[in-house]
Amino acid sequence: MTAGPAAADGGGDHGPDHDAYSNLRRFVTIWCRAIYSVTATSMTRGEFEAHLIPQAAVLREALRAERFDPRPAVGVGAALVDAHCTDPEALPSILGVIDAYLVLYCSPGDDLPADQARIRCSRLQHAVAVGFSQALRERTLAEQESLSRAALGAQAEAERALAASEAKFRAVFEGAAVGIGIADMDGNVVEINQAAARMFGGEAHIRRRNVRDWVHPENDPAIRGLNGELMRGERDGYHIEKAYMRADGSVLWANLQVTLLAEAAGPPQYQLALLEDITERRGLLQRLRHQATHDALTGLPNRALFFERLDQALDPDGTVTRIGLCYLDLDGFKTVNDSLGHAVGDRLLVDVAERLRECLTSPDQLVARIGGDEFVALYTDPPGLTAVTDLATRILDALARPVTLDGRDLRVHGSIGIVYGPVGSRGAADVLRSADITMYRAKELGGNRYEVADPDADARAITRHGLTNRLPEALERGEFFVEYQPLIGLENGAVLGAEALVRWGHPVHGVLGPDQFIPLAESTGQIVPLGRWVLEQAARQARTWQSEHPGAGRPPRVNVNLSPIQLHHRDLVAEVAGVLDETGLPPGSLCLEVTESALIGADEDALKPLRRIADLGVAIALDDFGTGYSNLSSLRWLPVSVLKLDRAFTRGMRRHPADPVDLKIVEGIVSLAHSLDLTVTVEGVETRAQAEHLRALGCDHGQGWYYARPGPPEALHRLSLADAG
Amino acid sequence: MTDRPSWAPQGIDLTVPSVSRVYDYFLGGSHNFEVDREAARVALKAFPGIPKIGQANRAVMRRAVQFAVDRGIRQFLDIGSGIPTFGNVHEVAQAAAPGARVMYVDNDPVAVAHSKAVLADNPDAAIAAADLRDPRSILEHPETRRLLDLDQPIALMLVAVVHFLPDADRPAEIIATLRDALAPGSVMVITHATLLGPTPQAQRGVQEAYQRTTTPLLMRTAAELEPFFDGFDLVEPGIVPLPHWRPDSPVTEDDDTAALHGLAGVGLKA
Ligand SMILES: C[S@@+](CC[C@H](N)C(=O)[O-])C[C@H]1O[C@@H](n2cnc3c(N)ncnc32)[C@H](O)[C@@H]1O
Repeated sequence: MTAGPAAADGGGDHGPDHDAYSNLRRFVTIWCRAIYSVTATSMTRGEFEAHLIPQAAVLREALRAERFDPRPAVGVGAALVDAHCTDPEALPSILGVIDAYLVLYCSPGDDLPADQARIRCSRLQHAVAVGFSQALRERTLAEQESLSRAALGAQAEAERALAASEAKFRAVFEGAAVGIGIADMDGNVVEINQAAARMFGGEAHIRRRNVRDWVHPENDPAIRGLNGELMRGERDGYHIEKAYMRADGSVLWANLQVTLLAEAAGPPQYQLALLEDITERRGLLQRLRHQATHDALTGLPNRALFFERLDQALDPDGTVTRIGLCYLDLDGFKTVNDSLGHAVGDRLLVDVAERLRECLTSPDQLVARIGGDEFVALYTDPPGLTAVTDLATRILDALARPVTLDGRDLRVHGSIGIVYGPVGSRGAADVLRSADITMYRAKELGGNRYEVADPDADARAITRHGLTNRLPEALERGEFFVEYQPLIGLENGAVLGAEALVRWGHPVHGVLGPDQFIPLAESTGQIVPLGRWVLEQAARQARTWQSEHPGAGRPPRVNVNLSPIQLHHRDLVAEVAGVLDETGLPPGSLCLEVTESALIGADEDALKPLRRIADLGVAIALDDFGTGYSNLSSLRWLPVSVLKLDRAFTRGMRRHPADPVDLKIVEGIVSLAHSLDLTVTVEGVETRAQAEHLRALGCDHGQGWYYARPGPPEALHRLSLADAG
Repeated sequence: MTDRPSWAPQGIDLTVPSVSRVYDYFLGGSHNFEVDREAARVALKAFPGIPKIGQANRAVMRRAVQFAVDRGIRQFLDIGSGIPTFGNVHEVAQAAAPGARVMYVDNDPVAVAHSKAVLADNPDAAIAAADLRDPRSILEHPETRRLLDLDQPIALMLVAVVHFLPDADRPAEIIATLRDALAPGSVMVITHATLLGPTPQAQRGVQEAYQRTTTPLLMRTAAELEPFFDGFDLVEPGIVPLPHWRPDSPVTEDDDTAALHGLAGVGLKA
């Protein structure tokens, strides 16, 4: 004990207080070393030591107190717990240091007997242990309680948030404008929102149903496997347009998006469907598309749709290998339209369209209206050419029955051009052109028939086709000109005038005669402006001749051909009068030639314009007389002053002796004509013999190569000069 | 987890041990449930020194806060703050610099709820429930905005939390995002579990114990921590075992060597 700290207290320069304090510090250093390592404090060792000093002081005071009271030591135990000396293992260390060193460093010395000090130390340890345990238990309880409160709070918070999010989800789910449906992985519908119920026309209709039950014939078979692929995890979702049956049996078109729902990382448990009702939009689109692809008048597919289908069919990557195409043009429609008006024409077209529709026998056939009176039937992958010609025959047969409108029977025939062949390098425009050309060939062959395209025939028809299309342009560009063929008085060989004959100086094909383009002009109605132009030219020319030969016998006159189409043109009379006015040509110097066929059978209404013109003083010639089967007696009712005998009658007179029958006929006609006060002109005079015969038979005028070929206006000038000389 | 809509709360499952409560147990606290203690005991069996690491970790945290306060920093962003026990950042900081503001962040709802209760009367400290893996949600959190002025230097505390981020979470990118939001003069504190000490077997035992929690634990070496300090200047003594980072008193032998199994480093944003 000699080296004990208590002994040291007595000597040196240190006061007893100071010594007591440094002894206390020593105790604390030992105490700290023993328990710092089992203490979960973040204090440094020094701090922890400092923290222990007041506690050690409490123990020391208790030990030294006159009247011993261990209770303050209870607080020491608590303070240690406060300093996070909470490891139960710490307690033995805490008590061990007190037991071994407290009396040694903190004893009041001789004032306290050693055994008393021991007892006090033991009781202090006990008090510390009680304080420690109590504090630890309280702390544990407090912490547990606060933790439980926190956990409960957090849980409540989470539940509140979950409820809030659930409420939000509910609000979104129920309020959504899109339909939302949830089904389990077996396809059973477990949940739908109001929008979906509305779309389907009633909740009962979808609740507790299986998504697999919803089949609709309008759905593409390609979408059938999608749900299965989804369920098997082969895809994450899909997005399609799908048709559903509504509760009332009508169709619901939905923009459908289906995805899988999984809880956290688990396997998918539900499928989620979002549906947008696109029935109306789709209907509207279909209506718009229908409008854009169908002819408003007849309801048939229009040119656009036809070309779309044809392009599709011709696509080399497509599924179609062969096509048949019937290009139909109505013969005689123009006449109906011109004479009876558009309203009737339109009704006729509607009727025709209906008949054409009925000619289709399978869905791979389509009939479209691609122009005024032009229709096409497209046949994809026909079994053979016969199938296509059968279709054409059905069409022609359908048109054979007259169309009855307002009690009137209207006859329209069709000319059909057929193109048939494999899908290959040809484009749609090319195919259609070929069909068009072939159709013209059918028309030329008399119409009311079909022709099948072949490349050679195409080449021939191409010019015709091209000509037709170029006519209006040609007139504008001044490609037409008029030649004149002299009319000779058979009696004296004098030049009386000339027939105006129109020519087309075609930039590619050279000069074309009227028979090459007048029928085309007639079929397109282009004859009206062309005829007017020729009339103007001829009248002006005649007027020029007259002013160049004043007083030289009878003033030269001019014959101009009038097409039957012009005859039906309501402005004809006014135009003729206008031309006479403008040119100053005396009406008697103009003769309009009308073919026999145009007049025969014409009723009084049709003759009226001709009568008006005759009333003006204009001569009317019956052209090509003798080709038709005219009732000679009808001649007296016609406003005609000239008969032009067809060249057929003069053929037999080219040689001597002439064909006696021909002579007899011509003689008879001439005498009849004269008795009706008609002059007789003969065409096609080619030989001197003919000219002699005709004069002998009493014909008045002749025209033909024997006298002069058609030529420029100056040629007539020279001829009459020569004639005069 | 990321598939959840942001308004869907994370569920609380008290039958699964939580990192923050296990850690509390290691620190001698009773803010834990039997599942937590059970997990903690498994870990302790594998490596009995864990509480020492926790203690050393808390001590380093305290020294680092003091370091920041000494540099004049008065704002703290403590991510992965855990269950408040003793020597929490706000206590240390506000003791050293009254009025210092502390923003706590944790993704454990119980830790958050507990922190809320503890901080109820503290106008200068708050807690946000957010996830370190979504650093923007932390930076843009209304409480963060209210409490911290990011134009002024702050101390970013990533204390014993980065080791819960596997590489797949791209911790370096997360930290870079946080770094970019910091004003120059800010400091970042990282402490992290490391391989240094225990035998591989013990190591595995600890890791297995953490596998039971929702947040498995990852060990990284000092070299592996360096990239996290990209854009920071590491202050002396660099990335070192916990007790070696600016100790208050010389490290003595009787300091438990277990504490060497954690690393600490502090970076200064230039
Ligand atoms: C070991 S404790 C550290 C507590 C305190 N920082 C300390 O060092 O004393 C880890 C904490 O980080 C939290 N944590 C883990 N991963 C997290 C993450 N991704 N985001 C936010 N907190 C996380 C845990 O909930 C736990 O409270």
